[in-house]
Amino acid sequence: MIKMILKRFLQTIPTLFIVVTITFCLTRMLPGDPAVAILGIEAKQEDIEAMRAKMNLDKSLPEQYQLYISGLVKGDFGYSYSYRQDVFGLIASRIPNTLSLTLVALIFAFLIGTTVGIVAAIKQNTLFDYVFMLLALVGVSMPIFWMALMLVLQFSVKMHLLPVMGMGDWSKGFGDVVSHMILPGFCLATIPMATFARTTRSSMIETLSSDYIRCLRARGIREWKVIMIHGLKNALPPLVTVLGLQIASTFTGAIITEGIFSWPGMGTMINTAINNRDYSLIQGTVLFSAIMFVFCNMLVDIAYLLLNPKVKEV
Amino acid sequence: MDMNEKDIILRVEGLKVYFYTASGVNKAVDGVSFTLKKGSTMGIVGESGSGKSVTSSSVMRLMQAKSQKIVDGSITFEDIDLLKLSQRELLKFRGDECCMIFQNPMTSLDPVFKIGYQMVEMIQEHQNISKKEAWNRAVEALKLVGIPEAEKRMEAYPHELSGGMCQRVIIAMAVCGDPKLIIADEPTTALDVTVQAQVLELLRGLQKKLDTAILLITHNLGVVWDMCDTVMVMYAGNTVEYADTKTLYKEPMHPYTWGLLDSMPKLSSTSKEELTTIPGTPPDLRLTGRCCNFYNRCPYVTDKCRESVPPLVEVEPGHFVACHRQNGAEHLVRGEVNRHGE
Repeated sequence: MIKMILKRFLQTIPTLFIVVTITFCLTRMLPGDPAVAILGIEAKQEDIEAMRAKMNLDKSLPEQYQLYISGLVKGDFGYSYSYRQDVFGLIASRIPNTLSLTLVALIFAFLIGTTVGIVAAIKQNTLFDYVFMLLALVGVSMPIFWMALMLVLQFSVKMHLLPVMGMGDWSKGFGDVVSHMILPGFCLATIPMATFARTTRSSMIETLSSDYIRCLRARGIREWKVIMIHGLKNALPPLVTVLGLQIASTFTGAIITEGIFSWPGMGTMINTAINNRDYSLIQGTVLFSAIMFVFCNMLVDIAYLLLNPKVKEV
Repeated sequence: MDMNEKDIILRVEGLKVYFYTASGVNKAVDGVSFTLKKGSTMGIVGESGSGKSVTSSSVMRLMQAKSQKIVDGSITFEDIDLLKLSQRELLKFRGDECCMIFQNPMTSLDPVFKIGYQMVEMIQEHQNISKKEAWNRAVEALKLVGIPEAEKRMEAYPHELSGGMCQRVIIAMAVCGDPKLIIADEPTTALDVTVQAQVLELLRGLQKKLDTAILLITHNLGVVWDMCDTVMVMYAGNTVEYADTKTLYKEPMHPYTWGLLDSMPKLSSTSKEELTTIPGTPPDLRLTGRCCNFYNRCPYVTDKCRESVPPLVEVEPGHFVACHRQNGAEHLVRGEVNRHGE
């Protein structure tokens, strides 16, 4: 078990190395000069030259790459010129905001999605099944930015029920925090919720039609136990895969939602970083997202190990 | 009620189970009746699709889909009408009074829970005892069915056991609750031959020890001969012949039974001889119930067979046959006429 986790952990290193290299190349391909972006178009040529030297941009690309990698190995993510802060500290300060939003969204999405999926599987081919699977299809297909705007229009602008943007403040009470979280949380939760519902349904239907479920019923096991203990545990593996992917993609998908609702998290920061050609910050945030993805996949693999006794060692 | 009636543990009368499909109504079981005595073994034989498994699952009221319905008939266990049981009473009946052993032992156990968990779960579902007591009882049951190192096996997952071992575990689960009836739906089909014999031997031993009745579904006539007191031969959802085992083997009367017995490989025959088969295929179950279901494969067919359904007639005490040519004064003699068309 520990050996397998360690092995899995070591496998992440080449993945991350490739991610770092690709982001480095892509940022260098962005049009525009970072020094100009920071100092403004009217800045003097020598100031710009000085800035470029400070940012190591006057060196050749291989040299820049080497500097960047050696920095990373030492735990130095670089310096963000647009925020005038250390990249690592900057990310660390933004993560709690993004995490709180995505986690709340994911927890609700998971609870509601799986519940709907289970009920739809039990009530297969009934009105409930059809209505909710149609809703799930709509949920997966809807563009988030459009839905976010429509929700703001309806609930904030027309009905004045919820705030338009920003993050709540604990000093103004629990209600303020919650009311700020509802709309962005809902937008972020839609796609995962729909995905969970559909995955749970199909996996449950497959499980509930298997031999051992019939045998459990023949042994006189109560129906809720058959479904919630035996059915669910057997139906979990595909759900865990989807969950792992959704955690990571919700985290990065927050870029759009955070942008629309001005949520002070990683997403808005990435937007700013790209607009300002802030190479270090772009690289830092992308690397961080990649770490999130890799980490979630690792968790999925470990969860498999716990769920399926047949996957002992791979 | 005389003594004879009291001895009967299971009575099925006129059972009809229909499958409602998009393309019509499949008459999977179409009017089957039989009785099973306490502590005795009855075999149901027939080819695939003859309705033997559906009959047995109907006793447990274990339908695989909502489209499968018991439309007529009665099933009485001791003096309980099983078709009128509430869901709660049904749970009590299943796994306690009556247990079922399925065809494929490897897929009959939940793959993600340990043997011990599944056994304790079942015991606690039916008996109001502590987890520890249930655990001890499970270990005892595993020892009873001859599983070595029972305590260790309790911690094993189903995939860590062989097929024969799994079937033993399932039998152990079945006997935990001291059932009065065990339904074994092809319990040895998925096992290899040496293990088959062991499992059958085990079932027979347990039956003697616990005085349990067994309803054995199989297509292996050899198994029937070894195990059963009475036999029911099913064809296309109907009983075609029903007698005690000796009578059925000595004096089979239905042409279909003759065909089945002829299809058995014989030790005495030389290896070059081909196995005898019954020509043709079983009828479409949506179209049955208008004539003798076997008429198109029967070498002794008459016009009457094409026109009306032969009733199940007691031709001699305890020997029932559904054949127009056997229920009159003159009985058909095996091999009497040649195959039609020849």
